[in-house]
Amino acid sequence: MASISPDNHGLRLVTRYAVLTLVAVIFVFPLLFMVMSSLKPDTQLLNDTSSLRAFLPVGDISLDNYSAAFERAPIGAFVLNSVLITGATVLLTLFVCSLAAFSFVFLDWSGKAVIFSILLATLIIPYETIFIPLLLMASQLPWIGGDGFEIGWLNTYRVQIIPFIADGLTIFLFVQFFRDLPRELIEASRVEGASWWLIYRRIVMPLSGPVIATAAILKFLFMYNQYLWPLMVVQDESIRPVMVGLGYFTDQLNVPWGEVMAYLTLITVPVLAFYLSLQRVFISSVASTGVKG
Amino acid sequence: MANVLLKGIKKSYGAVEVIKGVNIEIQDGEFVVFVGPSGCGKSTLLRMIAGLEDITGGTLEIGGRVVNEVPASERQIAMVFQSYAIFPHMTVRENVAFGLTIAGASKAEKAEKVAEAARVLQMENLLDRRPSQLSGGQRQRVAIGRAIVRQPEVFLFDEPLSNLDASLRLDMRMEIGKLHKSLDATMVYVTHDQVEAMTLADKIVVLKDGYVQQMGAPMDLYHRPENLFVAGFIGAPSMNFMDVDILSRNGDTARVSSNIVAEFAAPVWRDGIGSGRKATLGIRPQDLHPVDTGGVLEGTVTLAERLGTETVVDVALKNGTRVLASLAEDRVFEPGEAIQLGFNPERAHLFAPASQEEKLVAQTAA
Repeated sequence: MASISPDNHGLRLVTRYAVLTLVAVIFVFPLLFMVMSSLKPDTQLLNDTSSLRAFLPVGDISLDNYSAAFERAPIGAFVLNSVLITGATVLLTLFVCSLAAFSFVFLDWSGKAVIFSILLATLIIPYETIFIPLLLMASQLPWIGGDGFEIGWLNTYRVQIIPFIADGLTIFLFVQFFRDLPRELIEASRVEGASWWLIYRRIVMPLSGPVIATAAILKFLFMYNQYLWPLMVVQDESIRPVMVGLGYFTDQLNVPWGEVMAYLTLITVPVLAFYLSLQRVFISSVASTGVKG
Repeated sequence: MANVLLKGIKKSYGAVEVIKGVNIEIQDGEFVVFVGPSGCGKSTLLRMIAGLEDITGGTLEIGGRVVNEVPASERQIAMVFQSYAIFPHMTVRENVAFGLTIAGASKAEKAEKVAEAARVLQMENLLDRRPSQLSGGQRQRVAIGRAIVRQPEVFLFDEPLSNLDASLRLDMRMEIGKLHKSLDATMVYVTHDQVEAMTLADKIVVLKDGYVQQMGAPMDLYHRPENLFVAGFIGAPSMNFMDVDILSRNGDTARVSSNIVAEFAAPVWRDGIGSGRKATLGIRPQDLHPVDTGGVLEGTVTLAERLGTETVVDVALKNGTRVLASLAEDRVFEPGEAIQLGFNPERAHLFAPASQEEKLVAQTAA
């Protein structure tokens, strides 16, 4: 086998870091542009876009855009709503979809293969194509809540949560992960007298950290970025999520770009915090999809 | 403890039948080993006893109760898997106590039983560790510990030592043997390693292609194999086979010879061996020994393996047939050296020719 000379090795290392740096720059610069722009007045912001100054904290730097943004839109309420809607959807999705996947992988029932195929087929249908029928349906669905029986889900939290709980992609992710779990662990549990519920709760889910993290991040991003659906189904400002709040900045001829950037910066913080908290598990999950350990 | 009774057990996957009508009686407290080559159905049979595979046909009884439709958890069995199957996210203590926890045992009961199992398996110092901090042998101990705390009626072992290295395998084999004696439990053990089968079993069941080829005490199978497959499978190195003609048959003996085997009288205790017919002669390598003159087999040495306490000699006979001789001594042979081999005729095995033998097996099993 040919040995690799130190020079060759150094060159490889430099190339590798150069490529990685380039990729990092491509991903980081838009964020940097957003944060820097949020600190500048509109005139300077627009002038700076033609130079590297757009990415630097130079010129007239202040937090004015943030205070203006807070005045224009009830940001606190929007963020709270988003956290509530997204959090509830993520938790319910993880529970429902992992149970469905558990059934697909570990239980025997007729028609399993066909239903799983149909489920996979739903992956290619964009939500936008079903929003109109879904809206009509949601407007006529019954509900029994604190106020007793009522018809129609519009203008509620539940209409922003329930339609997104079960989804093909999350079930598929869980199915793929469960299939790779050692079969003997499940069999040993059965022999030891564990019920299916107990196997799900005590054996399968505690071993599914990576896929839970992956599914949670994907769902979180999807839900947090929802714009069209909440715009269609919610008119009440007090239960609107953050993305709809962007509308507060674009309903006039002159868009206040600085405030938009300040608003975007503020609503990006929860996403980054959530991602960073699960980053390690997420990466190990992505890495393990190709390698059986 | 309980007995296990398999009556006409069959298993099919779609149109493929993998277990073709198996009858086995396992006595209370008996150590039975299922042995056979890969794909013979031994693990499937064990999994059917465990309740992890459905039974296509026949009846399975454990402790006098038909359990065909009884779920695994209610069969009063414990199983040890080849891959250990211990839960990576639990400590050794939690693993061992898992079955007890499910059964709702009290903390005191769990602590007592886990401590007892740990003492028996010498793993008291491992109880608070995670499986990732254990060696293969220690993991297998944990798996066995998990099995014994529940005091099941039947223990099932599915190739439990296959993932261990040779020296550890010997240790664990001895420990399982001791465990059987101390628990006096009914144990069913699957392996493809015939040494494990010979050393552990009260009774060996040899399987091939979904049929039971023979079952009995290890030495019965070794000394009186019923067919060529069992003769070749039990014993290491494998038995030597060569075609011979039956010159005459007189009660329990037959005079045989061939172009490579000098005429001699062999014992007969099987059907299908008659005067003027062909037969297969089987001689164990351990029964062959070099002689200076008057050997029954003549050939040249092609290879000699010196193992210290024994020497295995590969001999090419005059017609090209290869035989192995295993000598209980350290001896030097040169390749190409002429050699004559003799044996005690009483230790010779005569089988009906291979084709006829296969047919007999199939008929018996059906």
